[in-house]
Amino acid sequence: MTLMQKFLGAAATLALSAGAALADPALIYDLGGKFDKSFNEAAFNGATKWAEETGGTFKDIELQSEAQREQALRRFAEAGFNPIVTTGFSMSTPIASVAADYPDTKFVTIDGFVDPAEHPNVLSILFAEEQGSYLVGMLAAMASKTGTVSFVGGMDIPLIRKFACGYAQGVKAVNPDATVIANMTGTTPAAWNDPVKGSELTKAQISQGSDVVFAAAGGTGLGVLQTAADEGILSIGVDSNQNYLFPGKVLTSMLKRVDVATAEAMTAGADLETGVKALALAGDGVGYALDENNADLITADMQATVEEAKAKIIAGEITVHDYASDDSCPAISF
Amino acid sequence: MDKMPAWADAVLVPLISLILAALLSALVIVAIGESPIEALKLMVEGALMRSTGWGYTLYYATNFIFTGLAVSVAFHAGLFNIGGEGQATLGGLGVALVCLYLPWPHWSLALIGASLGAAVFGALWALIPAYFQAKRGSHIVITTIMFNFIAAALLNYVLVNLLKPVGTMDPASALFPPATHLPTFQEMFSSPESPLFRGAPANISFFLALIACVVVWLLIWRTRLGYEIRALGHSESAARYAGISPVRIIIVTMLISGALSGLMAVNTTMGESERLLMNATEGAGFIGIAVALMGRNHPLGVLLAAILFGFLYQGGAELALWTNIPRELIVVIQALVILFTGALDNMVRIPLEKLFLAMRRGNT
Repeated sequence: MTLMQKFLGAAATLALSAGAALADPALIYDLGGKFDKSFNEAAFNGATKWAEETGGTFKDIELQSEAQREQALRRFAEAGFNPIVTTGFSMSTPIASVAADYPDTKFVTIDGFVDPAEHPNVLSILFAEEQGSYLVGMLAAMASKTGTVSFVGGMDIPLIRKFACGYAQGVKAVNPDATVIANMTGTTPAAWNDPVKGSELTKAQISQGSDVVFAAAGGTGLGVLQTAADEGILSIGVDSNQNYLFPGKVLTSMLKRVDVATAEAMTAGADLETGVKALALAGDGVGYALDENNADLITADMQATVEEAKAKIIAGEITVHDYASDDSCPAISF
Repeated sequence: MDKMPAWADAVLVPLISLILAALLSALVIVAIGESPIEALKLMVEGALMRSTGWGYTLYYATNFIFTGLAVSVAFHAGLFNIGGEGQATLGGLGVALVCLYLPWPHWSLALIGASLGAAVFGALWALIPAYFQAKRGSHIVITTIMFNFIAAALLNYVLVNLLKPVGTMDPASALFPPATHLPTFQEMFSSPESPLFRGAPANISFFLALIACVVVWLLIWRTRLGYEIRALGHSESAARYAGISPVRIIIVTMLISGALSGLMAVNTTMGESERLLMNATEGAGFIGIAVALMGRNHPLGVLLAAILFGFLYQGGAELALWTNIPRELIVVIQALVILFTGALDNMVRIPLEKLFLAMRRGNT
């Protein structure tokens, strides 16, 4: 009997450890691809950091087509990966149609929203991009000498308008008479990776008087930052800290901590708390980058003003209008 | 008679091209330190050994059949329609408008309505380049490819500003009403005892594509219009001399071609996503060119080539899922197949023709 129990115990332990080995997290990148120097790469960096710290492994896939979204979710769920972290708002609808079939698997949609009342095994992580953009907009207005600042977006979609709207509000908060020029790179997904066009747009904006440019355009932004550095104006990076790309030329970067969100989800593993998580200034889900590369560009006065606004936004004394809430923007028209 | 037998032309040439492409792909896979045998096994198992895999393969194939037929119809008239992408994009818009704004009692009626919407929108988008080609001599290759970009911009505008539900991030229309849901293979062939095609996107529009193959065959080889199309494709001056109006044929052919491209959207937009997406065509319009080239502009060849490309797409997805082969290399493999079957056709054909010629001389 005892021997039998031992055997059973051993078998159970084996089964458990096998289960644990299988319950690795999986990461699904959006169509932009893993190495976009921005959004998806931030998720990859977060996952890599998690793997290095914990010694764990994760499975990842770069999607090639729309039909693969559901396919990848199902195959990973069937293979026992848990949680399944996805980047990009386009994953929310496929997750909503798949989640009910795999009640024991936790799904995470970064930038997407899935109703938690209908799908209790989904965590939606949303970022208040408008708040971070507001702060960098204030910095842009304070650093500008001409009173004209500009914005280069990637593809013309609501998410990018949300960045532009927060930015314009921040600019106007400092200098109500300032001019904000906003341009989108294009209307196809190619707009996320077109540094040449980004560079052209930046030159056009400079000729209109802009001396600070904010790029929220994925790979296109590298062209914007490069041109700004070449032409001697300031630029603002996005998503990851891009200050290091052109030290002393990049005013700051609007941070969106996709890496932290990814690593946290992977750390929580199968016990992940689901629901909706809004990452905002409070809790440092978004913010602006300050490091040795831009220390000379941001004066103590500027920092104090921005910190004050940050505190007010967190306290709720300043509300930054979210473009996505009603598809309109008070500070800029598209 | 310096031609090789028809079977060699139709079967042997594509097959040898395919094997060459496969060998080169294997070398590429070896070069990045993965096993090509494993990769092939994964692709075959993932795409052909399970019903779900077939469900994906046939889903992709449906798209390629429509765009392949579109390219081949235009090709018979000597027109190179590379605007399948834009015509399918507009077809998607047609499907979405029909599904969203008309109350449909049953999916079968909705399917007819949506097919008409897709065909009309696709055809109209092809009409403008066709008019410029017929009346002004603007080259159709240039104008159709330009219209791809215009279509993308137009769809973007319509989605972001008009069709997108307020408050959502995704540049996509609202979900279509449930009455327009097309039966998927899972619903058609699966029973509780034997679940088949689980979760796969293949749907009834695959049969629509098969019907389109038959109709195109009848059109090209069994009707007067088809004869006129082929006559124009062979020699414009001869066709003109025979009393065929090139203007009329160019416009009619491009309308048919655009309608076929547009029909692809029934599969992607109505069958799979059930809402209009920004990126629904995903290059199928361009793959259609390769499919038509490989299929020798014959509907049966197009069907087989489309299934091959469907296999490459689904197999590629399996590779991306379970190996460390990066997706860029999967695109390289797909490109090698296109290169060998489409562009380097003569590399295989000419030596093969010589071989057959030599054999024939040896026999006589």
